[in-house]
Amino acid sequence: MQIVKLPKQNLDKFIKSLSKFGQIYAPIKKDANTSLFSKIEDSSQIDLGYNRTLLPPKKYLLPPIDSMFRFSAEAGYEEVEHGVDEKSILFGVHSCDIHGLRILDLVFSGRYVDNHYFTGRKNTSIIGLSCIPDDMCFCRSMGTDFVENGFDLFLSDIDQSYLVRIATSLGDDMVRASQSLFKEVGKEEIEKHKKKSNEMQKHFKTDIELYNLPEIMDLEYESKTWEEIGEKCLSCGSCSMVCPTCYCYDVFDELSLDGKTGERKTRWDSCLFEDYALVAGGTNFRSERSARVKNRYFHKHRGFVAQYGKPSCVGCGRCIQSCPAKINVVEVITKIRSDAYV
Amino acid sequence: MCNGTCTSDTDNIYQPHLARIVRRLPQIKDHRLFQLRLEDSEIRQNFSYRPGQFVELSIIGTGEAPISISSSPTRSGVIELCVRRIGRMTEALFRLPLNSLVGVRGPYGNGFPLEQMRGNNLLIVAGGLGMAPLRSLLWYALDNRSLFKEVILMFGAKVAEEMLFKYELLTLLDRTDMRCLLTVDKDEEGTWPAQVGVVTKLFDLFEVDPKITYAAVCGPPIMYKFVSKKLLEKKFSKDRILMSLERKMKCGVGKCGHCMIGYKYTCIDGPIFTYWDAINLPEMI
Ligand SMILES: Cc1cc2nc3c(=O)[nH]c(=O)nc-3n(C[C@H](O)[C@H](O)[C@H](O)COP(=O)(O)OP(=O)(O)OC[C@H]3O[C@@H](n4cnc5c(N)ncnc54)[C@H](O)[C@@H]3O)c2cc1C
Ligand code: SF4
Ligand code: SF4
Ligand code: FES
Repeated sequence: MQIVKLPKQNLDKFIKSLSKFGQIYAPIKKDANTSLFSKIEDSSQIDLGYNRTLLPPKKYLLPPIDSMFRFSAEAGYEEVEHGVDEKSILFGVHSCDIHGLRILDLVFSGRYVDNHYFTGRKNTSIIGLSCIPDDMCFCRSMGTDFVENGFDLFLSDIDQSYLVRIATSLGDDMVRASQSLFKEVGKEEIEKHKKKSNEMQKHFKTDIELYNLPEIMDLEYESKTWEEIGEKCLSCGSCSMVCPTCYCYDVFDELSLDGKTGERKTRWDSCLFEDYALVAGGTNFRSERSARVKNRYFHKHRGFVAQYGKPSCVGCGRCIQSCPAKINVVEVITKIRSDAYV
Repeated sequence: MCNGTCTSDTDNIYQPHLARIVRRLPQIKDHRLFQLRLEDSEIRQNFSYRPGQFVELSIIGTGEAPISISSSPTRSGVIELCVRRIGRMTEALFRLPLNSLVGVRGPYGNGFPLEQMRGNNLLIVAGGLGMAPLRSLLWYALDNRSLFKEVILMFGAKVAEEMLFKYELLTLLDRTDMRCLLTVDKDEEGTWPAQVGVVTKLFDLFEVDPKITYAAVCGPPIMYKFVSKKLLEKKFSKDRILMSLERKMKCGVGKCGHCMIGYKYTCIDGPIFTYWDAINLPEMI
């Protein structure tokens, strides 16, 4: 991989030069405690010191509400124009969120390819950014604290500069377009980067043990712990909405006022919602809250592993931060592990 | 339409194809058989499916729902769907006049493992609307009679008026190349030409070698429990009992998450599962 250096004083110029490559979306500070990915009109809005955004960048690739196609009584079903050629750039994406997108890629590919998702994906370039974990981050345990592909450029903070990894030809074009802003990387910077990476490790306060977890999930399927968590959970679904790897959606038809035309749309759903598995006639395959909570963990740490070879959690800590009932994935997994070994 | 294996870069996997309702045959109360003909001749000719698969059926402006294909692939041209009126989409379907256009995409799901089942006896056990997917298998077997050894159908209803496909199935009573066991719990007028009594009793009426038999079961959830018990008593191995399971579905193609059981998607890994799968996956039956 090619590596160059971007002195921090050149960052703003670089960001400005990027607008040629598409609309920039980057983290901004909404208030003292909240960061968001937002459309950037003016590069001074960008706040690269953020920790985690309220919603992950999935909101651009799998929008909360999205159109699947239009229909009309006369023409039947027809494709919607999704703005196919609109290029965009997600700037300042942390490693865990890049891994999150790669997990969504697994889901939307396979035997049936969701071309709408992948059109968005192809038109979105990703510029990653290194970060410093807080006490809710456990990406190290999930193996998502570093990322080797899934981005065009990746910026690692080495104090006065960024070390920039160039991963794709598009990333290379972006660098070449403002060649004068970049410098060559010397031995010194590489050493600095290694030192920084080691320092990052010291910030981790939270870990979970993944070893043998799928089997433990099986063994603890009947554990009382699920009922205890079910008692606490409010079925609000926040944990799914904020999760970079939760992809469940509901489908509904929206009629226009003329009653003849309309659109079929998707809307984020959550397996924690009471009606998630409710079918016509009133049978609910997961009517108990504890069953729904268990399903969420079981799917991420057992089911997804069986299906795709890795868990569908990247350790971003968002669900911990947003749960009004203070349910904490790290505590849940730790408890389930200890249940298995008493 | 090609089983989804040939989706190109531009295909929208969610976009239905137009189909016309060419016949509507009343069944029992709140159940109707719809014959659909895909409008586009190329799509119609390429529409191939196997028994046990389903389609996503759309009513323009109302919604979409998974419905088993009830016709057999041996009879091409139209697709038959047997639908129960129970919610928004199905209610709207019942109100549509003949020749209306609806949307169809699919076929989806794994369907029955026919390659494996060939050369064996076939025991079909149906309850209620479970007859819909099994009717496809039944006619497939009868139209390819040499592919199977014995063919046995077991189907029960409370009373004769509640038996789906009653007239069609009654004609099978005369066939010598299969056994058709149709039972009603009650026959107050004494006019029912076949068995009377609960379905479980039918198990005493025949003997098959479980080593060379596949059982295909579909019906309401409680039925799986007692039918599998009976079959296990008859020494069926757990992977020779095939069941079609139902879960909430939205996308039909393994994306929306709704049909998840444990770690399988009912829509692409199912809806046909072996009894072994069923007892091994959490929350399956
Ligand atoms: C594999 C499979 C095969 C089926 N085959 C048949 C059949 O041959 N004939 C028949 O009448 N019914 C069949 N069903 C059940 C049928 O899908 C539901 O009755 C139907 O979805 C009800 O839709 P609705 O809009 O009328 O009801 P609503 O209650 O308004 O349902 C809203 C939506 O929820 C989902 N949903 C609700 N109930 C079910 C359900 N039981 N299963 C899956 N999704 C559901 C659907 O997406 C539906 O559009 C089958 C279900 C599955 C999973
Ligand atoms: S489960 Fe929680 S920690 Fe894991 S990726 Fe989702 S939001 Fe982040
Ligand atoms: S955020 Fe917390 S309370 Fe809300 S559904 Fe998730 S676990 Fe339950
Ligand atoms: S119906 Fe959407 S995943 Fe199966």
